[in-house]
Amino acid sequence: MAEYRKVYGLGAEFDSAASLLKAAEKIRDAGFSKWDVHSPFPVHGMDKAMGLGKSWLSAPVFIGGSTGLLTAVLLTTIPSFGIYKLIVHGKPYDWRTLPAFFPIYFELTVLFSAFTTIFTLMIMNQLPKWYHPVFNWERFSKVTDDGFFLVIEARDPKFSETKTRALLEEIGGQHVTLIHD
Amino acid sequence: MADAVTLETPAELKRAPLVANDRKFNWISDKVAYIVESPTPLWWWAIFLPCATLALIGLLCIGFQISNGVGVWGENKTVGWAWDITNFVFWIGIGHAGTLISAILFLTRQKWRTSINRAAEAMTLFAVICAGIFPGIHVGRVWMAWFLAPIPNANGIWPNFRSPLLWDVFAVSTYFTVSVLFWYTGLVPDIATLRDRAKSRMRKYIYGIFALGWRGSNRQWRHYEMAYLLLAGLSTPLVLSVHSVVSFDFATSILPGWHTTIFPPYFVAGAIFGGFAMVLTIMLPARLLYPQLDDLVTRGHVDKMAKIILLTGTIVGYAYLMELFIAYYGTNKFELFTFLQARVGNPLHFLGIGNASKGWYNWAYYCMMTCNVLSPQVFWIKSFRTNYVVVFIICMFVNVGMWFERFVIIVTSLAQDFVPSSWHHYSPSRIEIWTFIGTFGIFLSLFLLFMRFLPMICMFEVKAVKPEADAHYHPGHEPSTGPAVGVLGAPHETPATEGHH
Repeated sequence: MAEYRKVYGLGAEFDSAASLLKAAEKIRDAGFSKWDVHSPFPVHGMDKAMGLGKSWLSAPVFIGGSTGLLTAVLLTTIPSFGIYKLIVHGKPYDWRTLPAFFPIYFELTVLFSAFTTIFTLMIMNQLPKWYHPVFNWERFSKVTDDGFFLVIEARDPKFSETKTRALLEEIGGQHVTLIHD
Repeated sequence: MADAVTLETPAELKRAPLVANDRKFNWISDKVAYIVESPTPLWWWAIFLPCATLALIGLLCIGFQISNGVGVWGENKTVGWAWDITNFVFWIGIGHAGTLISAILFLTRQKWRTSINRAAEAMTLFAVICAGIFPGIHVGRVWMAWFLAPIPNANGIWPNFRSPLLWDVFAVSTYFTVSVLFWYTGLVPDIATLRDRAKSRMRKYIYGIFALGWRGSNRQWRHYEMAYLLLAGLSTPLVLSVHSVVSFDFATSILPGWHTTIFPPYFVAGAIFGGFAMVLTIMLPARLLYPQLDDLVTRGHVDKMAKIILLTGTIVGYAYLMELFIAYYGTNKFELFTFLQARVGNPLHFLGIGNASKGWYNWAYYCMMTCNVLSPQVFWIKSFRTNYVVVFIICMFVNVGMWFERFVIIVTSLAQDFVPSSWHHYSPSRIEIWTFIGTFGIFLSLFLLFMRFLPMICMFEVKAVKPEADAHYHPGHEPSTGPAVGVLGAPHETPATEGHH
């Protein structure tokens, strides 16, 4: 042991999506809170197995979309009704002209919603984050190929290096490894 | 199970698996990433260099046009829009198939989309880039293109927010931006695969940056899936709106042949029609060059896309006929002239029946009709839909036909409008022709670069539609290990995949 390295947690590998799901249910029932599963693709039913609710990403997107709509309304009406009244075809500018702005309302609503989706996704997933302790585990590079992993963090109050290791092995985890920070 | 029971119970007809030959997850990553990781094949250079040369010629023509003015094109005072806007509408329409595959087929849970959506979305982006060139250079003084922006220009004049041309600026730029975001979001987990497989430090570093540190955790997937659903939900009305807005450029004018309420749905159907033809035009050769993808992009995919071409082509045919009927029914003599003389003409004249047509571009109308309405009808027959050669030939017809559709709409209406004294013939100049050919060079060069550097097939989505990806999958009914009997072939003992959760 050359130097002391902080323990991040314990990782275990599972052989399929189905066994990972069963393991997640058991870890959830054991009362752990700081843990996660990693898979090459989203596994259906995993949110429930981990005790997670529906993602609330849509709420900020609604706000973003509303901001886009408001921006479009202001962008079209302020110049058209106030700053620069451009009379084309002799058609006056009053409320009856609003339908002609609908394409712009729609496009800006979509544009702002899409940007909000991406930025909120980045914030909620804490991305970009180029360093993460799990990358120190050699086997973990299989996660984007065909590996299924379950990692329990050391900062979980129920974490114990020996007991958690035994639990992970008991529920079918293979290659149970201590991950360092 | 006892044999007697099997004999008495009729076999359950199962869906063909989406991934043929029951390939493992690892096989999928291997085969798809191999395209990017292997040394550049010779054929790639043999295709890329001519395409890049064409792209360069196109860019030179654009430079020539910018330095000399739009006078180097064949446009005149009567035909002020011609190949430039034809090409713009042609390319923007092609983009629509990519968004349809990635968004609408996602919302409708069409799982077969997973192996083609990445390439189709890339095609969308490159087509929109090609499309964006034309309105940009068509303004003539490109350094004043910023007048298109919704800000007061150098003279303090605001743009007209009621103009469909301004709506177009909003629609096309939003469409491109959202498509890029959607495409990149889908790419992140796959770039992470390339990062984790990378052998050299350089590759690991570059792919690592773009993978953003993705680690496939379920706390990430949870938000990721919601984000993907939201982007699909946003892109679906967006893709329908873009070509509707493009059609408003014509429909809100008073020119006979443009002033038509059927335009928005007719343009959208045409865009999807032409887009799917272009998807197949580039996917079929790509599949030929990478035979290892046969198990991912199967005959079933080609068959389904051919069906969409048949459906949308028939909708487009209905729109063509409905335009004629409304022209007849409306009894507006200018509209009657445009449709019945300038477009349809008298096809029986060469048999000595009736009077000669007064239209100048009747041949273009028949090109459009034959390629768009008649040629896809062969797809009623299944053996043609699954025959790659037939599908490819029909797609080429559709590509040509959809270009002619825009040419017919724009040029026949403009060249022969209300007053015969202002009629003017139009023919493209050489610069115009090479600019258009050049955009094919740009499009194909970009696509070839995409094939070399990014995974052409969405690996994680393909893995997710495999039966083993289902958390309730029972290894009990073991999938067959032998070679598949053809994807559309006889029912297999492989478990059903599509429409199954």
